[in-house]
Amino acid sequence: MTEEIIIKEAPEQEISINMGPQHPSTHGVLRLVLSLKGEMVQKVEPHCGYIHRGIEKMTESMTYQQIIHLTDRLDYLSAHMNNAAVCLAVEKALDIEVPERVKVIRTIIEELARIASHQLWWCSFGMDLGGLTCFFYGLRDREKILDIFEETTGSRLIQSYNCPGGLMADLHPDFQRKVKEFIVYFRKLLPEYDELLSGNIIMMERSKGIGVMTKEQAISYGMTGPSGRGSGFSCDVRKHHPYHAYDKVKFNEVLRTEGDTYARYMVRIDEMRESMNIIEQLIDNIPAGDFAVKMKPIIKLPEGEYYQRVEAARGEFGIYIISKGEKYPYRMKFRSPNFSNLSALDALTRGHKIADLVAIGGSLDYVIPDIDR
Amino acid sequence: MREIINYFKSIFFALKSLWTGMKVTGSYFFRPWTIITQQYPENRKTLKMFERTKGELVMPHNDKNEHQCTACGICQMNCPNGTIAITSLSIETPDGKKKKALDKYIYNLGMCTFCGLCVKVCPSDAIVFSNKFEHAVFNKNKLVKTLNKEGSTLKKGVE
Repeated sequence: MTEEIIIKEAPEQEISINMGPQHPSTHGVLRLVLSLKGEMVQKVEPHCGYIHRGIEKMTESMTYQQIIHLTDRLDYLSAHMNNAAVCLAVEKALDIEVPERVKVIRTIIEELARIASHQLWWCSFGMDLGGLTCFFYGLRDREKILDIFEETTGSRLIQSYNCPGGLMADLHPDFQRKVKEFIVYFRKLLPEYDELLSGNIIMMERSKGIGVMTKEQAISYGMTGPSGRGSGFSCDVRKHHPYHAYDKVKFNEVLRTEGDTYARYMVRIDEMRESMNIIEQLIDNIPAGDFAVKMKPIIKLPEGEYYQRVEAARGEFGIYIISKGEKYPYRMKFRSPNFSNLSALDALTRGHKIADLVAIGGSLDYVIPDIDR
Repeated sequence: MREIINYFKSIFFALKSLWTGMKVTGSYFFRPWTIITQQYPENRKTLKMFERTKGELVMPHNDKNEHQCTACGICQMNCPNGTIAITSLSIETPDGKKKKALDKYIYNLGMCTFCGLCVKVCPSDAIVFSNKFEHAVFNKNKLVKTLNKEGSTLKKGVE
């Protein structure tokens, strides 16, 4: 006698829940409204604005030197790149050629910042997937870079080291030695990252084939940086429109064609190696000279529109200035990489589980203050 | 048959990959000197910050209680947040000329973003950043500091 078990299927209906604004895996105050069918995500609707500070409006009442310290607070992990974007735009508008020394120092510090940013991403990505070990390993190595920054620039995270026309201060005498020590140290320890997470079966099962984005989709969503390069979209500003000293160094643009979470992960790991290559090429050849051009105390840009883009740690960071010939910009607009990358979240997660949403969000590596500005 | 082999193969590789990761973590158990952790509140006496660390804004005074601030107000103008407020008074020099002198240099630490513009633009190097970084207080009024000391005067030779 077999008793027939009748499973009553619940009527499939969509429920909508909030993920965030206070949720550890959204890396900040991002609110995602999810439409769920069971555990499957049907739709993701990001609601921005919880940390909106009106930075673009604030810049309209600030001089160009003062704007620098606000751009630190957009994408705080690539603060130096954001600073450099403003400086490059102002220098381009005024037709100033900065000394070679400034260019090389800016390049080195930007690459160090990129490594530090990717290390912190690696920490949080591991933690999103449930591996707490990664967090301590990544932060341990990041501490070395932050010490180098603190010695030269005076701050650890938001450095404000650039200023229009050059740098705030010259390099600390220990800078070169410490960077070389760090490269030796980190070359030895980067394989540990692969052993801990890249080859881990749990991590591979949760990231391979999850959140696939084709090249065409990536282009149409405007995904840049490692997220776009994971889909095979060649979008490295350093390669295509070189600024600073990037045209003098040899490096590869890391490209992957799979377009899934694992590809985005591997692009970032390989980018750390490329960044170390760039630093190694430059660290011994820092030309002597001034660390800044003498600028007027009040900078007035000639009337016109100026655009400058740089490669921040998460993608293409653009800055657009309209000047009416005064000491304040008439209008300023930031093109932040995270905002475009976030717009692709809906397409990436459709049909996946909630746990995959966390993994995909971690691989996009969004920084919320950069989205809301 | 092939499916069964692949099934056991995948289990073997999964266990191997987990073992590789555990090996890294476990190896630190046997070499604890490679772990770098600072016992912060305990090592306060020996803790040394870097000389450029931007802790807070201070106005150095020499042993005659003299500072170098001429109350020109350039730092106040350059501060993006309105952190600095300078009140000046006019004094008469011995040769009968009227001159601006510093009365109070008020610095609101709670509003400072440590951009370093004030130190950079100061024409007489009157202000610097100190390394003190422990700013926690119970009342936020205590963050508003007067940087020039009581009864201090302008150093001779600074214009």
